[in-house]
Amino acid sequence: MSKRIAVAMSGGVDSSTVAAMLVKEGHEIIGLTMQLWNQRRLPQVATENATGRCCSLDDVYDARHVAEQLGISYYVVNFEDRFEKHVVKPFVEEYLAGRTPIPCTLCNNFIKFDQFLEMADGVGASKIATGHYARVTQDAATGRWHLRRGVDSGKDQTYFLFGLTQAQLSRTLFPLGGLNKPAVRELAQSLGVAVAAKPDSQEICFVPNGDYAAFIDAYFAEQGIAREATHGEIVTAGGRIVGEHSGVHRFTVGQRKGIGIAAAEPLYVIATDPATQRVVVGASEDLMLARLTARDVNWISWPGLPSIPARAEVKIRNRHVAAFATLYPAGENRVEVRFDEPQRAVTPGQAAVFYDGDLVLGGGWIE
Amino acid sequence: MPHFYFDHNATTPVSPEVMETLVPCLAEVYGNPSSIHHFGQAAKQRLESARRQLAELLGAQPNEIVFTSGGTESDNLAILGIARNARGERKHAVTTVIEHPAVLGAFAQLEREGVEVTRVPVGGSGVVDAGDIRRALKPHTALVSVMHANNETGTVQPVAEIARIAHDGGALMHVDGVQAVGKIPVDAGTLGADLYTVSGHKLYAPKGVGALYVRKGTPLGSITFGGRHERERRPGTENIPGIVALGRAAEWMRENLTEEAARLGALRDRLECGILARVPASGVNGSVASRTPNTTNIHFDDIEGEALVIALDLRGFAVSTGAACSSGAVQPSHVLIAMGLSKERAKASIRFSLGRANDAAQVDALIEAVAASVEHLRRLSPVNTRLETVHV
Repeated sequence: MSKRIAVAMSGGVDSSTVAAMLVKEGHEIIGLTMQLWNQRRLPQVATENATGRCCSLDDVYDARHVAEQLGISYYVVNFEDRFEKHVVKPFVEEYLAGRTPIPCTLCNNFIKFDQFLEMADGVGASKIATGHYARVTQDAATGRWHLRRGVDSGKDQTYFLFGLTQAQLSRTLFPLGGLNKPAVRELAQSLGVAVAAKPDSQEICFVPNGDYAAFIDAYFAEQGIAREATHGEIVTAGGRIVGEHSGVHRFTVGQRKGIGIAAAEPLYVIATDPATQRVVVGASEDLMLARLTARDVNWISWPGLPSIPARAEVKIRNRHVAAFATLYPAGENRVEVRFDEPQRAVTPGQAAVFYDGDLVLGGGWIE
Repeated sequence: MPHFYFDHNATTPVSPEVMETLVPCLAEVYGNPSSIHHFGQAAKQRLESARRQLAELLGAQPNEIVFTSGGTESDNLAILGIARNARGERKHAVTTVIEHPAVLGAFAQLEREGVEVTRVPVGGSGVVDAGDIRRALKPHTALVSVMHANNETGTVQPVAEIARIAHDGGALMHVDGVQAVGKIPVDAGTLGADLYTVSGHKLYAPKGVGALYVRKGTPLGSITFGGRHERERRPGTENIPGIVALGRAAEWMRENLTEEAARLGALRDRLECGILARVPASGVNGSVASRTPNTTNIHFDDIEGEALVIALDLRGFAVSTGAACSSGAVQPSHVLIAMGLSKERAKASIRFSLGRANDAAQVDALIEAVAASVEHLRRLSPVNTRLETVHV
């Protein structure tokens, strides 16, 4: 039983290719699709023909089709309760608290590398494999598990994986970490994977068309929670009222579109304050910050700060190019990051992930 | 790895004697039973022969049998066909909270059409109190629909008593007998039901065929429209091979039910006793006094039923968490919740349903597999402490 590997199969090309690769290598594979969210649940935002959504009937159909092609055992497991509790609800709460959450990281921490790992135990699989673009290696000297960026820098997903523990990493395979996306598609073709040409998924899987404000409104309507009218002022850093808005959750730091104010210079959201329902706007240069504090820091390739202070490259959102910074301890599991150069749009709720080249040292949540 | 089937309430395999009848029928009896010629007549003869076979199993007259595409269609035909046909003022119907989705869905549709529906609860035994049905009746109740045996627990409902109550109140009585026919004796006369649903594939006939018993004189309207088949109650060219198979399956059951039910009852008890003796913190859900002989529904505290189903499947045993129709759903069984089980316990429950191919050796192997799988799953990080140990 110990040679079994449980593969998380979404029905997309990446995880399908992982399953095909591992079957070809001769492992005993059990394919599992996590049913996380019912896409038809919120009628206001439901889309029957949504593409790139997780957990659509079409995706389950695709995953099952691939499993059948590969001749592996395959099951759909329902994690909707946990997904709602640990991903959807915190996602909504973070927006209402004026932060910009990363549901994919919560899903990795609480679902894919936790509940799914437990399900793998249940089916007698010692390892799990996913289609993430990342690499896991083990330090021969210390035995510590290291997380490294995927070689396809455009696809690298380590930013979302900073919460993984040593125990989780020790049981995880990322077979795509050494490949770039075109190579994965080529491999899928050569292995005859049915979904080899399927488009990549986009955006947050449970939010149709990326319209998270509409999703939040629909979710509250479903829960029967009448929120206080979210209505507030748009102000400049100096406190001058320049407009009105219908809820801070509709804004994120760095946002330029949709502010609804005509101005000579382009206006950006600098900060949001749910307590006063104020959205602060300003010029592009007002977005530049040289420091941040990260909480709930999880160390991966480092067991902790190796020196005080320590040097690292720090990434503050998925598309950000990691910038050099110095790390200082700032209390329990907290780290202060001082960038060499100010960085644009440091956004509370996003993650600060620390790198040394391709090595993921650790990361935490931006306060 | 050999695979053993313990999910006969979801569906049954086609039995050897049904295959023997069905396969030549598919090849040879291709006429349309409505045709005048030799070929049509041959088909018509097989159709009516099957009708007699099923009628005999149910203690009914052949002209009281309407063949359909299966249990869901029969339930819809009975419920919608009676309620829509009821005289203007009879705009109320009564059912229970533990019905199959085929019945619950039909009643939900009736509500959308303006009919008032009362759903009677059940207690911890899973048995409907006939007195509750009496109290739910209104002067204008058109229909009462109660299942004969529950698909998830096997619990047998007092449908004969309920039928008397319904009739006393001037209402018609429908019984969803999908999980009872072939497991317990069914006699339409004794039951007193006006309508009774039968499914072929729960009875060792193939999927796609069923029947509705309609007592002579019952004012049933059609819910689909077309030709004049099945006494104008169910238009569409008859599924002759399926119907012939259902007839043969009914004939086998009439001859073998008593013996087979006793055999399955002994096997089920062996399975149940074995599991309860081997697995701590497990227990039977619902009444053990009144249920079909092939079914047991058991909770295993502190595990996920879904995980146990998968673990058992990987060991070669097919069981289910409840109704096949609601697998993959996020909600725990509506039947077990209605019986007062906690959400956790309902989700930790497994249905074992035995059938013709099962024997004592399989049952003993299943007991071992259940004991080993539950122990393994319980040894893993338990659900209630897991989340605290994760670092965000």
